[in-house]
Amino acid sequence: MSTSDETPPPLYAKREPIFPRRVSGNFRTMKWWLLGAMLAIYYIMPWIRWDRGPAMPDQAVLLDLANRRFFFFMIEIWPHEFYFVAGLLIMAGIGLFLFTSALGRVWCGYACPQTVWTDLFILVERWIEGDRNARLRLHRKRWDAEKIRKYGTKWTAWFLIGMATGGAWVFYFADAPTLFVDLFTGQANPIAYITVLILTMTTFFFGGFFREQICIYACPWPRIQAAMVDEETLTIGYRDWRGEPRGKLKKGQLDPNQGDCIDCMACVNVCPMGIDIRDGQQMACITCGLCIDACDEVMDRIGKPRGLIGYLALSDEIAEREGKPPKSVWKHVFRPRTVLYTSIWSLIGVGLLIALFIRSDLDMSVSPIRNPTHIVLADGTVRNVYDIRLRNMYGESREFVLSVSDNPDLALAVEGAPDRRVSVAADEQTQLRVYLSAPPGTPSNTAQTSPARIWASIAGSNERVYSDTVFNGRSQ
Amino acid sequence: MAEESDNTQDPSNKITPASRQYPDSTRKIEEDIRTTGHSWDGIEEYDNPMPRWWVWTFLITVVWAVGYWVVYPAWPGINSATSGIAGYSSRERVAQEIADFEARNESLFVQLVDTDLDEIREIDDLHRFAVNAGASVFRAQCSQCHGTGGAGVQAAGYPNLLNDDWLWGGTMEDIVQTVTYGIRNEDFPDARWSEMPAFGQDGLLEEDEIHEVVNYVLSLSGSEHDEALAAAGAELYEINCASCHGDGGEGDYFIGAPALNNQIWLYGGTPETLFETIYYSRFGVMPGFATRLREAEIRAVAAYVHQLGGGQ
Repeated sequence: MSTSDETPPPLYAKREPIFPRRVSGNFRTMKWWLLGAMLAIYYIMPWIRWDRGPAMPDQAVLLDLANRRFFFFMIEIWPHEFYFVAGLLIMAGIGLFLFTSALGRVWCGYACPQTVWTDLFILVERWIEGDRNARLRLHRKRWDAEKIRKYGTKWTAWFLIGMATGGAWVFYFADAPTLFVDLFTGQANPIAYITVLILTMTTFFFGGFFREQICIYACPWPRIQAAMVDEETLTIGYRDWRGEPRGKLKKGQLDPNQGDCIDCMACVNVCPMGIDIRDGQQMACITCGLCIDACDEVMDRIGKPRGLIGYLALSDEIAEREGKPPKSVWKHVFRPRTVLYTSIWSLIGVGLLIALFIRSDLDMSVSPIRNPTHIVLADGTVRNVYDIRLRNMYGESREFVLSVSDNPDLALAVEGAPDRRVSVAADEQTQLRVYLSAPPGTPSNTAQTSPARIWASIAGSNERVYSDTVFNGRSQ
Repeated sequence: MAEESDNTQDPSNKITPASRQYPDSTRKIEEDIRTTGHSWDGIEEYDNPMPRWWVWTFLITVVWAVGYWVVYPAWPGINSATSGIAGYSSRERVAQEIADFEARNESLFVQLVDTDLDEIREIDDLHRFAVNAGASVFRAQCSQCHGTGGAGVQAAGYPNLLNDDWLWGGTMEDIVQTVTYGIRNEDFPDARWSEMPAFGQDGLLEEDEIHEVVNYVLSLSGSEHDEALAAAGAELYEINCASCHGDGGEGDYFIGAPALNNQIWLYGGTPETLFETIYYSRFGVMPGFATRLREAEIRAVAAYVHQLGGGQ
């Protein structure tokens, strides 16, 4: 509260560039492996082949928007089965709740594409320009041949990574080998090029220039996670009761009146978010764990125990201050809250799995046409019309036979198919106009309504489905 | 940096009640971070400056908006709006899209005209196209009288197209003829023309005789009737009606004479409506569509009507 009262506050501020220092340690190693694994999944997935027969695409993972089909290995999802996707999204949401309430922002720190790609971009930056100090020097330097060369190389490399990212994305939506050739010969759909261009630019700018600003300004998750984290959550923190009062080493020795923190700024220098973890829990922290590695390295060097910065639960502070051991990790992780999230998550998962395995590869929907409610024919027969949709969710063309049961009065006929047999192409659906008729003198002819069950069975097999509907008689 | 080292030298202000857990962070908030001074239930609002790129983005959107005014229609005037140098018009775009759509379907329309009427339903793709195109023609041109579902309106004599009884024939050829030239339509010499005398009004039959004929007609379809009156009406029917409606009431669709021996009534099957029909006579009128629809559209709507349930 000194000068700020007199001078008006600035309306906007320049971003402070961040130059994270290289660090090595357990978390860094784990993050490299995760980064490699996730990038590999992203790039390799669309190239995996999966044989589904001659009439179907042979790509293991394919979002076929043009034909409205989603393929994932042995699973094929039709548009009317979109609840599987909705279920998976709900599971993803509850999974995020579970992980955040148990382990804080593990998604942000280890798995989020923004984190993974930024990590990759920083790695490229370090290969080209050197570590933190070299990069800082280059940043402050006037524009000369070296700076132009290094920045030019870096931006080109970033741009190529961006193109590879956007390029791989479109392979999920079409046959990858065909599209790959088409993309380079100028034959691909303009939408493919526009998508590649947009994702190239977003990757380039988000990974190269926006970095931590995406997490701070653009992403809603840091706000949502504030409601998900509680004092039992394991998260990354600074044990200030151990570190304070901080102070520099004096003649290479630790002052006995000082805490363990020697204020070496290692934790700040490695932070990709540019924050000081010693300031406490803060919104900008993505819990990537790099400050833990940096601090542990320093603690090893000055002969102090590791863990000045580490995973901790805020509820353990009192015990730790008194020098008692904290509660075990399992006690923090297994709480009513996390158990509840896990149960809901598993229930939805089991439900989806059951639905997936009991679903049939033929499907019929019956909608009665009620304009008019019924039709009287010349001989007094009463006829109802039904719109029937048959779905053949199978890799070969099949012949469906339609019939009616549960009502002896009724006869079924299919417009355009006198033998009631309709062939539906592989992985296609067809719409039929179907008639049910009650001859004069039968109860269904005169009743207001009577029940009917329409069957669709596969010719020459036991597979069949039915749909219950209503027949309107004359009194309707 | 200088500030930070200053703070670390003064440990006295670290432990305050409000900053018990994270003394360092609380101290920073108290000393470095500006708030707006607003406080709701003890929650204060930061007064952080905006990121500079955010301001730039805002300015770019302003410039973009100005460019938009120049390129696209934007400012409203009294009668119209500024048209913009790109000459964009959403009306023209719709017209263009409709033209594109029709150009894409042109080959199917040509095929529809070239194909023999009875073969259309044998060619799956063509038939599906014809039925869908015909459905849209039907909704626009036919549903006003025949109803969106094709059930007609009995009280007004608009025929039901869903049953298996046809006034003028139910083959593709008959339907195309009816749609093309209409019924009792003076605009087209080829239009078919039905004629029934107004037996009561013109004094051809007495009212009592009409009642007898009504009962005989009801007996033809097995409807409820008076046996004595019907027996008396048999001869009157043979003299006055059978030449068009047939000896057994089977009708004649070449002259549009309805069949009387079935369950389907154009104007209703009660004695009162039958009496009215015979006394005054009544006819349906239908416009001819030869001048309103292309031949392909007429064939499409015929294919649609043919598959509604009664096609012959």
